[in-house]
Amino acid sequence: MTESHPSDEKPNDGGCKAPHVAHHFDSAQQQYDSAKLGMWIFLLTEVLFFSGLFCFYAVYRANNPQVFVDGHHFLNTPLGAFNTVVLIFSSLTMALAVRAAQLDRNRSVVCLLAVTILCGLTFMVVKGVEYKQKWDHHMVPGQTRIAHWFSDENTQSPPKKFQPDVQYVREHLEEAGHADLDDEELAQRIDNLRSYMGIYFALTGLHALHVIIGVGVLCVVLIMAIRGRFGSHRFTPVDMTGLYWHLVDLIWIYVFPLLYLIP
Amino acid sequence: MNNSSPSPQSASSGSDAALAHVVDIRVLLGVFAVLMVLTTITVSVSYFDFGALNLFVAISVATMKAALVALYFMHLRYDNLFYAFVLLVGVAFLGLFLSITMLDSVEYHPGVEAWQERTQ
Repeated sequence: MTESHPSDEKPNDGGCKAPHVAHHFDSAQQQYDSAKLGMWIFLLTEVLFFSGLFCFYAVYRANNPQVFVDGHHFLNTPLGAFNTVVLIFSSLTMALAVRAAQLDRNRSVVCLLAVTILCGLTFMVVKGVEYKQKWDHHMVPGQTRIAHWFSDENTQSPPKKFQPDVQYVREHLEEAGHADLDDEELAQRIDNLRSYMGIYFALTGLHALHVIIGVGVLCVVLIMAIRGRFGSHRFTPVDMTGLYWHLVDLIWIYVFPLLYLIP
Repeated sequence: MNNSSPSPQSASSGSDAALAHVVDIRVLLGVFAVLMVLTTITVSVSYFDFGALNLFVAISVATMKAALVALYFMHLRYDNLFYAFVLLVGVAFLGLFLSITMLDSVEYHPGVEAWQERTQ
């Protein structure tokens, strides 16, 4: 597995180290362990990064449970469940890709990484469909502003209030068993919905950003795999990308029940 | 850091010792199957109202799934314990962050109880 690598041209430290071991490491093992420790510390910061939003969620739900009961009726649970399955499946293919790299099965590494990327893209397409549904019913906080920025008529300032499709909200709440809402109550529900949608877009948006970054990194790793850069003694990029991808999956495992599955 | 850490000699000779444990494919497929079962459970359970237990059930199932992903897909079970320690430090600080913030939330509970009475 050392034949085709460019760093073969470098002097080989008198033959005492494999060519891919950087000069400041004693051994391939030490180099691999250092990368892994660094990756885990990065994942720790990621957990703390998301913890701000989870904290916001916890406090808000403890104080305003009605916001979550009302809000979750407006999410598409089948699509969310489908995305959960897609993401867990992509975690499986990622773990299998790491395993294939460890076993020198380069062709399998390429196939499994490609499947993982396709799953990531599927997740984003489904997420896009969900976001589009929210947009069509004017349920994105700040939507009037955003629409105003992209429109040609810049003559007057846009309305600032969250104004979802009232008829749609009423019908949806009636289906969920909240019949006979008077106008005042409906206005209260719409206010709740704005808060809920804010949390929904913040949590899923930050998560989706991580999926996009993960797919980007996976594409780089895929190109490296196609060029035959990996083998049983040099699979660190596959392994580290895998750890990141599993963390993205792990966060979704919490986000999905917290937002979609509220009885 | 691993138990199987090779000596400098074995690393220098191109080495037969693996850098990390290779997980058995049946274990990976089995973990995936269990994760699918747990996903089905958490979705179907959400159609029943357990009152105050709702959140507890959802978080418990999610934590089981997260533990499986971390232990097997992320190799924590086979790796040096220090990596697991790093992850648990993150979780511990998340818990600290949540619990200290939640201390204040009880202040608002009269409003929540009023809402619950109105809707019952």
